[in-house]
Amino acid sequence: MKALHKLIESVKPHFEEGGKLSKFWVVFDSLETFTFTPGHVTKSGSHIRDGIDLKRTMFTVIVALIPALLFGTWNIGDQYFASIGQDADLLEKMFVGAIKVIPLIVVSYGVGLGIEFYFAAKRGHGINEGFLVSGMLIPLIMPVDVPLWMVAVAVAFAVIIGKEVFGGTGMNIVNVALTSRAFLFFAYPKQMSGEIWIHDVASSKGADLLVDGHTGATALGHLAGTVGKVIDTPAVQGIMGMFADGGMFSLHNCIIGNIPGSIGETSVIAILIGAVILIATGIGSLRIMASFLVGGLFMGFLFNLMGMNAFMTLAPLHQIVIGGFMFGMVFMATDPVTAASTNTGKIIYGFLGGFLSIMIRVFNPAYPEGVMMAVLFMNVMAPMIDHYVLQANINRRQKRLQNI
Amino acid sequence: MEYFSIFVKGIFVENMIFAYFLGMCSYLAVSKTVKTANGLGLAVIFVLGITVPINYLLENYVLQEGALAWLDPDFATVDLSFLSYIMFIAVIASMVQLVEMIVEKFAPALYGALGIFLPLIAVNCSILGGALFMQERQYPSIGEATIFGLGSGVGWWLAIVAIAAIREKIRYSNVPAPLQGLGITYIITGLMGIAFMSFMGIEI
Repeated sequence: MKALHKLIESVKPHFEEGGKLSKFWVVFDSLETFTFTPGHVTKSGSHIRDGIDLKRTMFTVIVALIPALLFGTWNIGDQYFASIGQDADLLEKMFVGAIKVIPLIVVSYGVGLGIEFYFAAKRGHGINEGFLVSGMLIPLIMPVDVPLWMVAVAVAFAVIIGKEVFGGTGMNIVNVALTSRAFLFFAYPKQMSGEIWIHDVASSKGADLLVDGHTGATALGHLAGTVGKVIDTPAVQGIMGMFADGGMFSLHNCIIGNIPGSIGETSVIAILIGAVILIATGIGSLRIMASFLVGGLFMGFLFNLMGMNAFMTLAPLHQIVIGGFMFGMVFMATDPVTAASTNTGKIIYGFLGGFLSIMIRVFNPAYPEGVMMAVLFMNVMAPMIDHYVLQANINRRQKRLQNI
Repeated sequence: MEYFSIFVKGIFVENMIFAYFLGMCSYLAVSKTVKTANGLGLAVIFVLGITVPINYLLENYVLQEGALAWLDPDFATVDLSFLSYIMFIAVIASMVQLVEMIVEKFAPALYGALGIFLPLIAVNCSILGGALFMQERQYPSIGEATIFGLGSGVGWWLAIVAIAAIREKIRYSNVPAPLQGLGITYIITGLMGIAFMSFMGIEI
């Protein structure tokens, strides 16, 4: 630590005003403040004395993501060996997972931070740590076998169009990670569906290694196949059998998370550990998470009452543990920049988000990932919700004033 | 249920702005503050809600082939549908005049804020679009045509109020100079379009 500090101090003059490398001051500055607490303090304006800053906020979210990341890494290996019917120990599974996950993380951070550094140097603002979280979220919401160049294109799109054109961290209107996912989904629909959810499932199938029942489809992919069909047919009953006790997507398996899906989204337990960290540190909004959950359960319950197809008859609790619902609830909907910021607004925002997530995935079989679309939609609506919440507040106070 | 389905479709699935990109000019120009956007949005709802049923009657009792048969059996072969654009526009223009007078009388502040864009509702593509979609889709009754008009209007209102709220929010954002104003608004519209794609293809 001391040696690093000395090194930074010794090269500092080169980067300062008039130094040889003063062009790269923003890069140096961000690295310095990232490694050590900076010596300078806010110079003007009113400010609050608090230990928390952007960097620490972002770092807490990264810590909260670690359980989901580790589980996801293990799950890639687990799914791979299960799909070809081989036994493997923990290390082998982690190894297969790491081979897939690490390149994704490197590409995501490399492209994203590269663009971020470029914009910071060009526009003369400091480098924000905003991308640290987005760069970690993006690999976690990708399918396992997504080509790396697509990830790079999606990250570039999301960072430039979703964030930098608005002026960088804290000013974007839609969630950066979800923008990249939606971009991939709409730009490369063919590559983003089908046999990408289990590592190498297509080639395993070609080599006739695949165990029966492993088609590489996610829970939502299977369920989307039941929409528009009569409940009592054998095909639909076969799919629903996978969701009964002892099936591949039983409630137990969905909560543990050893099912195919995007890397970080499968395990409810790992995500809930992250949720506890976020809520305990006050970084994630409990209001949004709770109302999102209630909204999802409510819609699941409504669908149970309607019961028009097999998808709708799935129990509400089962409905919310499959797909990206939990991940979206804990890490996407709570993004403080794009969510509603008033307290009442947060509750409306969360409830509608959960409600729409379940609604879109059932009503629109083409988009099984309803959560992504619902959160994006609510991001767009959040400023409007805030505006009307504030307006209602103003009106109420004005009325009170008149009554005195 | 049928009415409900048409209404929801008009708002989300077939949103005038994000699915058809109709009525963009006033959408871009009047979305600087929520207050004026709300006023214009309500005016569009009103105009669409009135002109679509009137045009529906016009279409079914005057313009369609054989529509004039109620007047005289000899007219059963008369087809006036080539006149529909002119007739629709005439109805829309007169309704907009009415709206203008009402707004001027009861909300002079809003009248001033909307400026030229209030009379321009007459040539707002989403209004004529509403009438033409009504003609193309052949709604079975006037009730459904009215609901369709109101639904499209509410969809347009939702779009313009949402973007106005976003534009109020990003007023303090550090947007690059070349993109300030309309440029960033186009980008926001595109991102909102992605969000609205979630409803595309829903059958209700």
